[in-house]
Amino acid sequence: MPTIRLSVPDTAKKSEVIEIKAMIQHPMETGYRRGQKGEVIERDIIKFFECHYDDKLVFSSEFFPGIAANPFLTFYVRAEKTGELTFKWTDQMGQSWSDSASLKVT
Amino acid sequence: MTLRVLIALAFGSYLIGCQAEPPIGSTPQKTIPPDELQSGFEFLTTETQAQQADEFENPGYLWVDRGANLFDAKTNDEKSCSECHSDGLEGVSTSYPKYVSSAGRLLNIEGRINLCRTSQQNLPALEYESEDLLSLTAYLTNQSLGLPLKVEVTDHTRENFERGQSYFYTRRGQFNLSCEQCHVENWGQKLRGDTISQGHPNGFPTYRFEWQTLGSLHRRLSDCDEGVRAEPFALGSQEYIDLEFYLAVRANGLETEAPSIRR
Repeated sequence: MPTIRLSVPDTAKKSEVIEIKAMIQHPMETGYRRGQKGEVIERDIIKFFECHYDDKLVFSSEFFPGIAANPFLTFYVRAEKTGELTFKWTDQMGQSWSDSASLKVT
Repeated sequence: MTLRVLIALAFGSYLIGCQAEPPIGSTPQKTIPPDELQSGFEFLTTETQAQQADEFENPGYLWVDRGANLFDAKTNDEKSCSECHSDGLEGVSTSYPKYVSSAGRLLNIEGRINLCRTSQQNLPALEYESEDLLSLTAYLTNQSLGLPLKVEVTDHTRENFERGQSYFYTRRGQFNLSCEQCHVENWGQKLRGDTISQGHPNGFPTYRFEWQTLGSLHRRLSDCDEGVRAEPFALGSQEYIDLEFYLAVRANGLETEAPSIRR
């Protein structure tokens, strides 16, 4: 299980635009590099990221081999109601990792 | 007149007589004066400095987080690290590498962690540069963030210091370069697109952009040896521990920055 770091404010005012940060530990191996014996190092990348605010998709992103290791995203969401933000990363093999944070809207 | 010249001459020779003492137990070598010591941080762009300073954006904290979990984790019903070290280990890493009497030799933080595992927790030693050992090292050194290095040379470790120092000043590899030629004589100059730093260990373990991951000081030393086309030693080897010790003494007074970001 890779380490995931999330930055979500605990509380926000209704209609306030809040900054969300999310980082996951992942090598994002491009598939273009070679090892010490000249062998190709297999591609191993995250392909897709999505963030749901309760059940609504509020942000998603497709990743390519040019993205650096340990991808770090910053995006903005409008706080509408108290709820759960769920973050999910899916790699090229379909394996996924997720974490969530709750947001209280006052 | 003659008297004045004589006095001037006498004073001049007095000045020559009291030049700075050479480092412990060695022939006089070029060193960086204490007031000119600069962390590798000073050679980064302002953007990278800001990224290092931001506890969220700095990817090294991925390992610090993981290290914190490992510190509290119990394996096979053995004691966790935090059961003994309940008050944390703030400032501990600043005195390492250090002579540990129960081991009877000089240990760096990685070695100290592994000694705890084998002698106190009945667990196997972690492999050098493994994710777990890097994470624990990052977590422990991060607790000393901002504290100055204060590594001492004692009677037990004088030989280690001298071996480390001799490594630093010895030319090696096909390029026939010593550490000193870059990191004492030419720091601040350009080496292709990069600026040569003074070669201090205060930011390790460090997140290097070139590695795209966190790595130990020994991995960096190995890279330097490869850079001058010399055969690197094994990570965790006595040669690198001695060199790490010399580098730490040389950097005494610089603040701990772990986990730092470097190019």
